[in-house]
Amino acid sequence: MSDDLIRTLLEAPYVSKFGVRFERRGDELTGVLPYAEHLVGNPLVPALHGGAVGAFMEVVASGALLAAQPLMRLPKPIDVAVDYLRPARPQDVYARAVIGRSGSRVANVRVEAWQNRRDAPVATLHGHFLIKPVPADS
Amino acid sequence: MAESLQDLLDRLSPLLVDGSPHAQALGLALDGLGPGRATMRAPYRDDLVGDPETGVLHGGVVTALLDHACGVAAFSGLGARETPATLDLRIDYMRPAQPGKDIIAEAECVRAHGLIAFVRATAHDGDESDPVATAQAAFMVTRPSKEAADRVRTIIAEGKL
Repeated sequence: MSDDLIRTLLEAPYVSKFGVRFERRGDELTGVLPYAEHLVGNPLVPALHGGAVGAFMEVVASGALLAAQPLMRLPKPIDVAVDYLRPARPQDVYARAVIGRSGSRVANVRVEAWQNRRDAPVATLHGHFLIKPVPADS
Repeated sequence: MAESLQDLLDRLSPLLVDGSPHAQALGLALDGLGPGRATMRAPYRDDLVGDPETGVLHGGVVTALLDHACGVAAFSGLGARETPATLDLRIDYMRPAQPGKDIIAEAECVRAHGLIAFVRATAHDGDESDPVATAQAAFMVTRPSKEAADRVRTIIAEGKL
């Protein structure tokens, strides 16, 4: 685990501006994006901005990588692919990540974001992140 | 005479950013809008930084900028009648943006037909040949997005805008 880096991740101006927080149970981590009016992309639907939901899932992917193992620095996204499955309604969003493979340099992560129902995701993300694990012998 | 697409775009362009609270919260600006094309800018701002040590803007700003620019290009490509919803958005992060510089996204609707639009975009911080990120996205006029567009038309027709 990389507790200091998780704090750094959440305290970054952009992340704290939108109030993202993590709920952790051991190495399992759930991200929470609390609803606020400034997250709305289209008030006429109304739906949260796809960019806000996508960015939130990127933060959760980084958080999950940091919760899973000690890293030297914050993970850096290489690429992400986001699928939008339903309009995200003006309410809290939750997300959880599954790490597909985490090697010595790159990690493959999938994230699912949902609102009322865990089995009705609003968006999913699949991405690769550059990571720098703490050497095993240190 | 029927209003040209460019005239319609010019008339609607203020709504495409100001109508979106999240785009406003990030300070996004629409620098250019044409048939199937949109240029948008995310300003460099201290409250949008992702890594305080380097001062680099958060990747989420690039994500939101590219999503919004692609959406506007898709809207334009579909004839500026319906606001489409993002089906998927794929982003390659080429390099970190330079601290202190705005990020500019150029989005082009490659194909729009019926309810679907395909868009490609590049984000850079001054030199288009040295991108910060590239994106590819698909959009669709969904039922909720169509109903929203109908509500806008009603508001415009009633002269409230």
